[in-house]
Amino acid sequence: MNFEFTEEQLMIQQAARDYAQRELIQDVIERDTHSIYPSKHVKALAELGFMGMMVSPEYDGSGMDTISYVLAMEEISKIDASTSVIMSVNNSLVCYGIEHFGTEEQKQKYLRPLARGEKIGAFLLSEPEAGSDATSQRTTAEDKGDYYLLNGTKNWITNGNTAGTYLVIAQTHPEKGHKGINVLIVDRDSAGISVGPHEDKMGMRSSDTHSVMFTDVKVPKENRIGEDGFGFKFAMKTLEGGRIGIAAQALGLASGAMERSIKYAQERKAFGIEIAKHQSVAFKIAEMAIKVENARNLCLKAAWLKDQGKPYGYASAMAKYYAAEAAMWITTEAVQIHGGYGYVKEYHVERLMREAKLTQIYEGTSEIQKIVISRELLHIH
Amino acid sequence: MNIFVCISNVPDTTTRIKYKPGNKEVDYTGVQWIINPWDELALTRAIELKEANQAAIQKITVITVGKADAEPTLRKALAIGADDAIRVDVAPEDAYTTAVQLAEVLKSEKDALILSGVESSDFNSWSVGGMLAELLDAPSVSAVSSLNIEAGNVVVTREIEGGKQTITTTIPSVLIVQKGIAIIPRIPSMRGIMTARTKPLKVVQGIASQPMVKVLDYQAPAQKSSCRMIDPENIEELIDLLHREARVI
Amino acid sequence: MSVLVYIEPREGKFKKYSFELVSYGQRVASALDQLLHILVIGKVAREELNSLGQYGATNIINVSEDIPFDDQVFTGIISNFAKQKEANVVVLAHSLTGRAIAPRLAIRLGAGLSTAVNGLPASYKPFIVNKKAFSGKTLVQQEITTEVKVLTLSQNTAGITEHSASPVIEEINSDAVASATKVVSTEVITGKVLLNEAEIIVSGGRGMRGPENWKPLEELAQILGAATACSRPVSDEGWRPHHEHVGQTGKVVAPSLYFALGISGAIQHLAGISSSKVIVAVNKDPEAPIFSAADYGIVGDLQSVLPKMTEAFRKFKAS
Repeated sequence: MNFEFTEEQLMIQQAARDYAQRELIQDVIERDTHSIYPSKHVKALAELGFMGMMVSPEYDGSGMDTISYVLAMEEISKIDASTSVIMSVNNSLVCYGIEHFGTEEQKQKYLRPLARGEKIGAFLLSEPEAGSDATSQRTTAEDKGDYYLLNGTKNWITNGNTAGTYLVIAQTHPEKGHKGINVLIVDRDSAGISVGPHEDKMGMRSSDTHSVMFTDVKVPKENRIGEDGFGFKFAMKTLEGGRIGIAAQALGLASGAMERSIKYAQERKAFGIEIAKHQSVAFKIAEMAIKVENARNLCLKAAWLKDQGKPYGYASAMAKYYAAEAAMWITTEAVQIHGGYGYVKEYHVERLMREAKLTQIYEGTSEIQKIVISRELLHIH
Repeated sequence: MNIFVCISNVPDTTTRIKYKPGNKEVDYTGVQWIINPWDELALTRAIELKEANQAAIQKITVITVGKADAEPTLRKALAIGADDAIRVDVAPEDAYTTAVQLAEVLKSEKDALILSGVESSDFNSWSVGGMLAELLDAPSVSAVSSLNIEAGNVVVTREIEGGKQTITTTIPSVLIVQKGIAIIPRIPSMRGIMTARTKPLKVVQGIASQPMVKVLDYQAPAQKSSCRMIDPENIEELIDLLHREARVI
Repeated sequence: MSVLVYIEPREGKFKKYSFELVSYGQRVASALDQLLHILVIGKVAREELNSLGQYGATNIINVSEDIPFDDQVFTGIISNFAKQKEANVVVLAHSLTGRAIAPRLAIRLGAGLSTAVNGLPASYKPFIVNKKAFSGKTLVQQEITTEVKVLTLSQNTAGITEHSASPVIEEINSDAVASATKVVSTEVITGKVLLNEAEIIVSGGRGMRGPENWKPLEELAQILGAATACSRPVSDEGWRPHHEHVGQTGKVVAPSLYFALGISGAIQHLAGISSSKVIVAVNKDPEAPIFSAADYGIVGDLQSVLPKMTEAFRKFKAS
């Protein structure tokens, strides 16, 4: 057992913190209010190596471990979860998926620009009638010999408009159920793709969420990842890692809200003393700290298992569930500690609260995480 | 030309300062260490210059006086973009002994542009750069707020009382730099962080030297008495207080 | 043995800081029972030099040439006189020039150096001075253990004492050596009160909302004969030039009166103003940390408070 971080891990954490606290914080409220995509920051983070953190340097990535990724995600999410979700999707879904399951040609052609952050990726799984239930895909990828013909609609797609590369999950053999599903790498500028209007969301307002429609889009056969019918397994495997990213995002929201609460409680006075000296506030901060520590440990455990090459699906589900619930509770209580100030945008915590809500929903709702965890324990597969 | 950036390892500027019992020493437990902010700006500018003048600048070396616990700070400097690092293995005592150790290493460097932050955020003594220059018998320019290499010449802008001056200087020189030389310190990229481990970090033994000043005692500054609030509709009250009570106008 | 004080004329005149340094030298010399020498480099009229007698100057050395400032050259001139007069305490301003020269001078004289000291030494034998460290977060008592001591004195920490000496003035040539640095151009900001020398500073923060709102602030500064300044976010945003940035990484100031307008009071800003004698804060947030550092506070929106202040101070100045 060793709870020490390496010097590199600490440096990455510091670099992410410096970037977030110096640069990302500027205009974050403005970006949230007007749903402005943080293109300048995505570019800067790409140059620092945050867009392909865990990809091997052989494919232009930074070659970092998952622990470093968790530390960086936490720091970025403390300040701006809209930016960190862009980072998370690119890193742990798209880059991971292509690097681990793609062919050498696919890696050369698609992974390199994604790892450099020159292109951003999107992961297209959710559909109007298939959110949590990924087996009931309506989007079809009809086998036409040397290409697939893609038809259907995907919903709530992060990076839906800005992405240059899509990973699309679609049904090729409906009769085979989830074993008939494929995953295809699709160029954003292929003919037949149209992108719906920007979703006007409650939180994560500056990330770019859209529905994407495919009408007779031709996708070359060599763009299929894995064997015919590998798509569902691909999605499940990739989402296991994706959950670590979102868990770390929720952790950042939680610890960010806690840090703001501690600072505020020491400055703000009520009835003649700092509110930190009121036990009702002090105990709330203690509970926040316990939850943050637990969430962090669960995230790091899942990351460690993944780095060790051990199964981590169960651990990442637990981390995601716990961190998301902790983020929701802590951000809500942070608003309460801030009182009237907490309810106005200037103090950030109301935004963190709106953002935290999404971590309980996307990349597997809290309920789905409980299904994953309970099935593991009850041996239901 | 080689650029040497003198690095001081200081507590994070937001640290609350505590003392050990007896108030003779600062209690550094739990302190997060950083590169002195002005040194970090100096390093940032050095890297920008090297990127723009590959031909004129061969190497950027960071140098510090400190024990092994200063190495993470040096490694961060390497991650930001310095080519190599030197640590003089001596616990820093006062500005004088620090300058003596730096001078011992740098005296043989004739093709050197040496950068040092105007002050360090811990002891704020504004001393090491000037002392180092004097020990090396090299020119120094203080309060430097911009630095350029133009046709191989070192061109700096320094702040003077009431204005600024543009100056050229010779090599070797010590430039004592302040904010303006760079505005935002560079953040290390992940590639930088990974290569930092493979860059040379040389540890050299110090020479004997006696401090000239010693700290006898630390004390927290007296708390300000509470702020007197004045009604915005009654500015005359403020004027009256400033005039009669505080006597500053 | 003697005490040597180096003071800087600006455009042939002395400022209040110089009088404070002369007074300081007088008090140190009298405590040590030594002679006081005042060194002035630059052309200064006889009456102006004589006026230093009011603050206790008895012996003045005037190098009456306008020598371009250079760290090494000035160090050479001052150290020569320090040796010639057998000075064991050399005092300089903690100004841009004082800071540039003092460390070099200390090495050349084999002296221990203490910079930005506050007020008179706490003791002469041993020689103990008070100063700040960690950007004002702590006070330090420091002993200088060498025979010769070099000090830079923080402005407004020792005060001015009145005397009536008629100084003996020695006019001397410097024999200055050529400098290794060459001045290409000099740019002087004219018609403005300098931040480093200002008795009153009017400073604006993010609460000013934008560069276009600086007019009334500048007006207030003009009425008060004050310098203008700003907080770090303001200079980073480019609303004001960097040389106006007051704070830990910008300028550390010590005026008699500091107005913090729309400045929330981040710890780094407070580090830059903690030596101000009186701080007046105006902020719309009653919880802003600046109020815990301020002596007088007004809670209100600057858009309405600042014009009222300007008007009220104008009336006061006119009366």
